[in-house]
Amino acid sequence: MNRRLMRRLASNVMVGLMVVAVVLAVLPLFFILLDLLVKGASSLSWDFFTKMPVPAGETGGGVANAIVGTLIIVGTASLIGIPVGVGAGIYCAEYPHGRLTWLSRFVADVLNGTPSIVVGVFAWTWIVARQKHFSALAGSVALALLMVPMVMRTTEEMIKLVPNSLREAALALGYPRWRTSLSVIVRTTLPGIVTGTLLAVARIAGETAPLLFTALGSQYLSFKINQPMAALPLTVFTYATGPYEEWHRFAWAAALVLILVVLLLGVGARLAIGRSAVVND
Amino acid sequence: MTDARPRVETDKLTAMYGKTTAVKTVTLRFVSNQVHALIGPSGCGKSTFLRTLNRMHELSEGGWITGRVLLDGQDIYDAAVNAMQLRRKVGMVFQRPTPFPTMSIYENVAAGLRLNGRLSGAQLDEIVERSLRHAALWDEVKDRLKVNAMALSGGQQQRLCIARTIAPSPEVVLLDEPTSSLDPQGTQRIEELLFELKQAYTIVIVTHNMQQAARVSDTTSFFYLGTMVESGPTRQIFTAPKSEQTEAYITGRFG
Repeated sequence: MNRRLMRRLASNVMVGLMVVAVVLAVLPLFFILLDLLVKGASSLSWDFFTKMPVPAGETGGGVANAIVGTLIIVGTASLIGIPVGVGAGIYCAEYPHGRLTWLSRFVADVLNGTPSIVVGVFAWTWIVARQKHFSALAGSVALALLMVPMVMRTTEEMIKLVPNSLREAALALGYPRWRTSLSVIVRTTLPGIVTGTLLAVARIAGETAPLLFTALGSQYLSFKINQPMAALPLTVFTYATGPYEEWHRFAWAAALVLILVVLLLGVGARLAIGRSAVVND
Repeated sequence: MTDARPRVETDKLTAMYGKTTAVKTVTLRFVSNQVHALIGPSGCGKSTFLRTLNRMHELSEGGWITGRVLLDGQDIYDAAVNAMQLRRKVGMVFQRPTPFPTMSIYENVAAGLRLNGRLSGAQLDEIVERSLRHAALWDEVKDRLKVNAMALSGGQQQRLCIARTIAPSPEVVLLDEPTSSLDPQGTQRIEELLFELKQAYTIVIVTHNMQQAARVSDTTSFFYLGTMVESGPTRQIFTAPKSEQTEAYITGRFG
């Protein structure tokens, strides 16, 4: 009797501790969102998404240039980073004893731990310093460098989850190695790879440091990849550190838009996971 | 009538994993239109032996062989033989059902066919239907060919894998304990199917269910510790084995 009581008590205490841990993990996100909504939502308007910034002191205007800039910079980074990351991930998973596998895993792990500002410095030395002007492309390259190790490792982990029997079934049918990899293994893990990729895109969309001395930021709407370009994180940085009250409100609103974009990508990733769970059953 | 010429022969075949010997100098012959059973306790090398017959063994880590494997007199380990072409002639069904999870029932059966050049849609439809009928699955799936293959039960999935294996018209079908993950009903369907399939193919089946070997096979080979102890007509192996080891195994004294 007494023993049963003790067990029950221990069980309840442990569950209670876990609930506390979950709450502690979720609370910060909740407060961040709440704070952003309270301080940023009031500045959100149609103008905010469609108008250009106005000179300091004037009211109104928007951050259309930064939204377009973020899309272009992150899009270009994805175009560079995703194929490289997915390709390297497939290589590492399919050739676990390949000559380059150990090296690329090691490099990916180091790159994963490299502060993003260091990556930004490299993009600056390689591209900005050589070209002698800031450019969105340099920012994209820096973000792509941050993306590659994330995409690569998730791709590799996803492919490793595919049971070997599936690979053997394809090979036993007379599938060539490359076709086994692409039309059976990668196709089976595609939802997982898409998820990892979306999360990586969400990660880099909010990066500020590597853009500071590459894309630089701009007051104007620009589609020229080889010129300085505005981006949401840069807008948040500039406006938040500026002296004007109006700017601060804009910084909050831009931060809200940024986090909504990231949340949206996260939800997309969740949906992709949901689909893979059905398929992999 | 039965063609008594051996379809598949092994000649002093030894299969290794690195420096470990899994199969020791096995010489065996399998004639067409018969079911050949390979029996023996776990780890006796029967599955490894089976996997040398379509060169799947060499894909295992450290897998290599000495000796020869002949398919219709041609050494399949000859440098001139393309392993992928060979595997289209020597199909294989595995222990656990392995339908391709992203493909529909139809696409699964057609998977191997698409490798061999261009077939018209009508030709594909015809072969898919024939293969599914042959695998005794057609009536159960004919109305839902576009459904994902994972929606089928385990037994149906295994018959789907058999349909997928026979669709490209192989000459030999290898089965590696095809019923070990199935319930008795699913097992019975597969066993009945083997009688059908041997009309068209040479069949080699690995099983550690001796009753199954006795029920379905024409010849049986007993493997123990990597060597082939005894081989002969199934009735003889089960009623009058020559080797004491064989007798001990089939009477259930070990393994």
